[in-house]
Amino acid sequence: MLTAVSVPPPQAAAQRTSVAGPLLAVENIHVQFATDGGIIRAVEGLSFSINPGEIVAVVGESGSGKSVSALSIMRLLPRRSGRVTNGRILFEGQDLLHLPEEEMRAIRGRDIAMIFQEPMTSLNPILTVGFQIMEPLKIHRGMNDAEAGPRAVELMRLVGISDAERRLGQYPHQFSGGMRQRVMIAIGLACNPKLIIADEPTTALDVTIQAQILELMKDLARRFNIALIVITHNLGIVARYADRVIVMYSGRLVEQGPAEAIFHRPRHPYTMGLLRAVPRLDRPRGAQLETIEGLPPSLAAPPIGCRFAPRCAHALDACGHEPPLVAIEPGHFSACIRAADIAAGRIASTAPASAATQTSAVAEPAPLLSIRGLTKHFTIKQGLLGKKTALRAVEDVNFDIFPGETLGLVGESGCGKTTVGRLILRLEEPTAGEIRFEGVDLGGADPAALRAVRRRIQVIFQDPYSSLNPRMTVGQIVGEPLHVYGLVADAAAAVRRVADLLEQVGLRPEISARYPHQLSGGQRQRVGIARALAMEPRFIVCDEAVSALDVSIQGQIINLLEDLQRRYGLSYLFIAHDLAVVRHISMRVVVMYLGRIMEIADRDTLYREPLHPYTKLLLDAAPVPDPDIEKARQPRLIIGELPSPLAPPTGCVFSTRCPLAGPECSQTVPALREVRPGHLAACLKI
Amino acid sequence: MLRYAIHRLLLMIPTLIGVAIVVFFMLRVVPGDVVEVKLRGDGGNVSEETLKLERQRLGLDKPLIAQFGDWMIGLATLDLGKSMWTDRPVIEEIGIRLELSLQVAVMATIIAVLIAIPMGTLAALLRDSWIDYVVRLVTIGGLAVPSFWLGMLLMLSLLTLFNWLPPITFTPLYVDPVANLTQLIWPALAVGYRYSAVVARMVRSSLLEVLNEDYIRTARAKGVFENIVVSRHALRNALLPAITVIGLEFAFLIGGLVVTEQVFNLNGIGKLFVQSVSRNDFTLIQGMVMMIALFYMLVNLTVDMLYAAFDPRIRYR
Ligand SMILES: Nc1ncnc2c1ncn2[C@@H]1O[C@H](COP(=O)(O)OP(=O)(O)O)[C@@H](O)[C@H]1O
Ligand code: SF4
Ligand code: SF4
Ligand SMILES: [Mg+2]
Repeated sequence: MLTAVSVPPPQAAAQRTSVAGPLLAVENIHVQFATDGGIIRAVEGLSFSINPGEIVAVVGESGSGKSVSALSIMRLLPRRSGRVTNGRILFEGQDLLHLPEEEMRAIRGRDIAMIFQEPMTSLNPILTVGFQIMEPLKIHRGMNDAEAGPRAVELMRLVGISDAERRLGQYPHQFSGGMRQRVMIAIGLACNPKLIIADEPTTALDVTIQAQILELMKDLARRFNIALIVITHNLGIVARYADRVIVMYSGRLVEQGPAEAIFHRPRHPYTMGLLRAVPRLDRPRGAQLETIEGLPPSLAAPPIGCRFAPRCAHALDACGHEPPLVAIEPGHFSACIRAADIAAGRIASTAPASAATQTSAVAEPAPLLSIRGLTKHFTIKQGLLGKKTALRAVEDVNFDIFPGETLGLVGESGCGKTTVGRLILRLEEPTAGEIRFEGVDLGGADPAALRAVRRRIQVIFQDPYSSLNPRMTVGQIVGEPLHVYGLVADAAAAVRRVADLLEQVGLRPEISARYPHQLSGGQRQRVGIARALAMEPRFIVCDEAVSALDVSIQGQIINLLEDLQRRYGLSYLFIAHDLAVVRHISMRVVVMYLGRIMEIADRDTLYREPLHPYTKLLLDAAPVPDPDIEKARQPRLIIGELPSPLAPPTGCVFSTRCPLAGPECSQTVPALREVRPGHLAACLKI
Repeated sequence: MLRYAIHRLLLMIPTLIGVAIVVFFMLRVVPGDVVEVKLRGDGGNVSEETLKLERQRLGLDKPLIAQFGDWMIGLATLDLGKSMWTDRPVIEEIGIRLELSLQVAVMATIIAVLIAIPMGTLAALLRDSWIDYVVRLVTIGGLAVPSFWLGMLLMLSLLTLFNWLPPITFTPLYVDPVANLTQLIWPALAVGYRYSAVVARMVRSSLLEVLNEDYIRTARAKGVFENIVVSRHALRNALLPAITVIGLEFAFLIGGLVVTEQVFNLNGIGKLFVQSVSRNDFTLIQGMVMMIALFYMLVNLTVDMLYAAFDPRIRYR
């Protein structure tokens, strides 16, 4: 049915220069999917190898073929549609692609283990955690329950799960996301594998938990000499943990080399672009993020020659032929015909770190939005008969947002960020407290005034897909508020306005005939922004608005938001968990923990001289895309997990995890006080 | 868990009272009563006086509210009263038929489950193979063919092929199993076909969904044998939604088999229902509605309990 593609086999020879006898050698594999929309060439000519005990990172945007490559190694591609059409995958010298299924099964979980991205869905909900950890031991080691039980307890301790004996009998839903990922790691480690493939192991987790999990994986890999392939789109993670980095783009390997070389001497325009597009905590904040314009190509009809050419600023005519992967220095390869030019400095390789120059908002005396004593308790009924408990989502929150300002709101998931946003949008009734917008008390306003005010408060969500009606075209989605609020005279004016709005957010007007599922993630987020803009708002709540987007797209959206702010004097409440992104876009930052504000300061002060122990640890946990910085520093990890908001610690809510905590901290609730002008913190020891 | 079950059982009382009120007054809205049907039904010329006497005897002359009170008091003492037509206690009238109807329902369920689960599983595992197509065809047939018609076909074939018809009098299972089964297996088969089609389709689609879940991939990545991936990891999850369907269908079979019972000449709940409605036998109708409502609620509770037993995420306290 499918025929092997006639792409010239690239550079297998160049790869072989590595140390004799790699543990795994992937040689020139091609992977295809047969879909209704035609054949998708998800991976084309990928070659790499990994030595025992080595940590290799595979980086690339979503859809670049990282997961497909990993699943190909495990031979777990969807059976009905996916197929490796070409190439070899040598594991300890034997070609996995030609093993009988039974032998392959015996390798899975015993010699090669895999850890997946979504800890919430990767464990079987109806089997106990203990059972799931013991299963590979029983299969591969022939253990019985009596033998496997103690080993499972040992494994759980190894991955840092306390109270292991008791937790063995629990089910996955009784574990948090971070704990489930620890369970996945325990399963992976069970049979002492030689290789672990981790596909975005921490993407779904909070920064603090992310750091814990990565540290754990690295530590275990080193201790047991396990080779580790970490797939990720987060360059910071790569810098901290990888020995070697492989960069993929559109199904192909574009650059490969030691981590240090990739970060300091990238030799492929795509890698260079990626490194520039991430906001970074270790550099002064640039005026604008540099981005890679455009979108990755469709894999059903990719461009001929270099696949990055349509987005590459340095493309030449010769780029129409597929560029070979060539060595630039020992162990460092790039698939760009201009790699030599880049190396010779004929093309700028890293952007000048421009100093922060941004006209910060003129401090007006009257705040646009003012929040006082905002509190929200949800009543949770446990069981049908159970007693009612108050879930303290937001507790006595105070802050102001001034016209033209962006206020960042950071914290771990579950700390109440989103609830604050929903309270402002009046999607939720506050338990106590006051929200004033343009001086009007939103709680006490009469319906007509409220309606007028509400139009000027808009929201952009994290997942643009679920917030756009799938049965409406883009034109209808953006045009709807125009009609509802009577913002246009007639239908013709509406059409013009929609086209105008789409252009404002960088979309072509033709797109208005399309449906949400026909758009990419970045395009959908632009549509969400256009819809918000249609109401002519003054204030927009951006709830994790860029969190789900790829690095290169994320940069584009951030720049768009900043651009619109300058043009229309918008104010934003920018809710996010990524500290670097928040620093880039915000003028002032609020740090929340368990429903309370820990610290408020203007951006530069907060990142330069954080006062609160929680902020300090949070900043420490965030990885920075520079291997030298990362390897030099010893991250101080935040221990433990977020306590339940149903039973928050007494006194300071951070006291259970705070390294400075003393006996008084569990007695007194620290007030948020102004330590320095404009810099507020809630800690007894400052 | 036990507390939860007791709680749910107690909650049934207000629901049942609600049902009692609704059914009582709905019946009185409809013109005509049992006395007219009984005495004048065949065009007999009966004097008004006789009718009046009969109404008096049955308590139908009392004010509505008094009748209602009587009935509620009866309910409270678990006394459903007497059939207005036969004068036999309602409990007894229902009791005679319930055994038969329950047995048909249970047998149909057993047949359906035994056929549906393997069929649905096989179809899902061999998706788009000829087996899958056959299963899909057979189950579509099950949905399209009315049970009574299938029953008629069964009877006709028995008659033409073997020149034999199943017995028409009901023998309880414990008296003579052979006679009992030769009578009831046919309606159970006729009903079970549709039933198994519904369940098989459910099993197939939910297993297909589960097989795409991340935890199935995890199980494979652990090196779990494929048959165990299916039986232990996938099927147990996939059967959860099937439990609901089985429960609903089962509840429906009690009292919902009007036409099928006619085809097989069975004296079951369905037939009794039709009879009592056509005779305006208020007390009997009321008693049956109460019985069926109670039955539905019990089946529902059982389904919820089974769910909790299978799925650790659901814990009732
Ligand atoms: N089951 C599938 N059927 C069809 N296409 C698929 C399937 N799985 C992945 N693909 C396609 O293969 C390409 C690479 O996907 P993937 O490896 O998941 O990317 P990454 O892990 O780098 O985000 C994508 O274009 C994706 O749409
Ligand atoms: S080969 Fe050409 S198009 Fe591709 S990255 Fe290099 S310069 Fe750009
Ligand atoms: S009050 Fe105490 S526990 Fe809370 S942050 Fe300060 S030192 Fe830590
Ligand atoms: Mg992926």
